Amino acid sequence: MSLSSVLNIAGSGMAAQSIRLNTTASNIANAESASSSVDETYRARKPWFSVMEKEMMAPSRDSNGMMMVDEAMGAGVKVDGIIEKDAPLQARFQPDHPMANDDGYVYYPNVNVVEEMTDMMSSSRSYQMNVEVLKTAKQMLQRTLTLGQ
Amino acid sequence: MGAINFSNALGIHDDALQLRSRRAEVLANNLANADTPGFKARDFDFKSILAEEASKQSSAGLSMTTTHEGHMAIGTSGADSELKYRFPTQPSIDGNTVDAQTEQAEFARNSLDYNATFEFLNGKFKGMRNAIRGE
Repeated sequence: MSLSSVLNIAGSGMAAQSIRLNTTASNIANAESASSSVDETYRARKPWFSVMEKEMMAPSRDSNGMMMVDEAMGAGVKVDGIIEKDAPLQARFQPDHPMANDDGYVYYPNVNVVEEMTDMMSSSRSYQMNVEVLKTAKQMLQRTLTLGQ
Repeated sequence: MGAINFSNALGIHDDALQLRSRRAEVLANNLANADTPGFKARDFDFKSILAEEASKQSSAGLSMTTTHEGHMAIGTSGADSELKYRFPTQPSIDGNTVDAQTEQAEFARNSLDYNATFEFLNGKFKGMRNAIRGE
């Protein structure tokens, strides 16, 4: 039944976007987390999305021997992993800071707050879009259940 | 052939309903992948599929029999011939061709069409029920 897989697809979209919102929240929260060494400093994190493919191993066929279209289209979105940005860290000269190293420098994360805010807007809009799809698919399914009544 | 035959009575509407629910799946997949780098938006060529279905209905009985699971129907070359890629109006820099507004509009239109087809199908069932009851 294709309509119930619409629910799965919209669900996968919502899950992926909420992971993206999570990383954005983490990045903004840690935007000022100072550290005394380059290795220990927090780096901006980004989820990596990819298409969730349906299994192509045994394509099912209809009564005419035609390959089902279901096999050719994707089945939502998945998060492949979360990558850390390799943009340079900010080194600030703050000798009075308790985390300052021997040279008096403190390292701040490579979080670009403006970029994170636009990312947050984009992911919340995408989340809303998936919710709308879910709502419409649910109405269509409920309508189908009334067939013949 | 009986007087009341489901495939005769329902006509093209049951196929259309299935096709529209599949199209809802394709469009939902486009929307879910609106932020996936390199994803290409896909859609059915609804007109050609419906025309194909209509010709199949009108020439029922002339279709070739399939005796092997690898046999394909005439005029169709598998799944890829039906699912087309959408022509991007504003392709993004990461290779994604999903235009969220277009997809959302198509999804809304598709769900309205689904409801319309559903009404037709429901009407057919109501008609058949009335015929059986003889009211």
